[in-house]
Amino acid sequence: MKVRCFGIAREIIGSDELIVDPNAAQSVEELRKLIIQTYPEFEKYSSFMISVDFEYAKDSFQLTGKEEIAIIPPVSGG
Amino acid sequence: MVDKLNTVLITEEPLSVESLYQQVQVPEAGGNCLFVGTVRNENKGKTVTHLEFESYIPMALKEMDKIAQSAQNKFELQLCAIGHRVGTCKLGEIAVIIACSSKHRKQAFEACQFAIDELKKHVPIWKKEFLQDGSYWVNSRP
Repeated sequence: MKVRCFGIAREIIGSDELIVDPNAAQSVEELRKLIIQTYPEFEKYSSFMISVDFEYAKDSFQLTGKEEIAIIPPVSGG
Repeated sequence: MVDKLNTVLITEEPLSVESLYQQVQVPEAGGNCLFVGTVRNENKGKTVTHLEFESYIPMALKEMDKIAQSAQNKFELQLCAIGHRVGTCKLGEIAVIIACSSKHRKQAFEACQFAIDELKKHVPIWKKEFLQDGSYWVNSRP
């Protein structure tokens, strides 16, 4: 599945899109752990939320692989 | 009941105070409050040269719509309009506008404050600040 990346997440990952094996991340929590494991810079630079289909998602959210997913680092609009 | 709808927009073009003001104009309104956020030339004592805003636009519009709706309900507004700029913003340019109209001034003032505070907390927009000696994403520094 594809995970869209913005702001500092895009810079840490080095792309605006991350491809993840859906079997390796069946929930938002698993996806979060996988991202931090693969890119330890997140621990140093930024916490992040995960959005699923344009809404902030809880860690318990179960992913099917068909959703639109994004990494949402701390926002700073305004 | 007004027949106009709340407005939310994200644009690479300069934002217009007049245009957002017109979006909330209705005969029922007697108090109109606008918050205009502009690009400041310094932050924490350092000279800022410009800003860049990035957004996850479909989600940001959805979140902005929720804020406009809840401001409208909570403060009994006539209308609420929220506009945010993306891309490169020069010093002095407008980054964000909140416009609220209500029967009386108190609700419009309070709703403006509420809406900008909520926007800063929840809307997926990211600001990169460019200083003379480098740049960084605001809220994402070790």
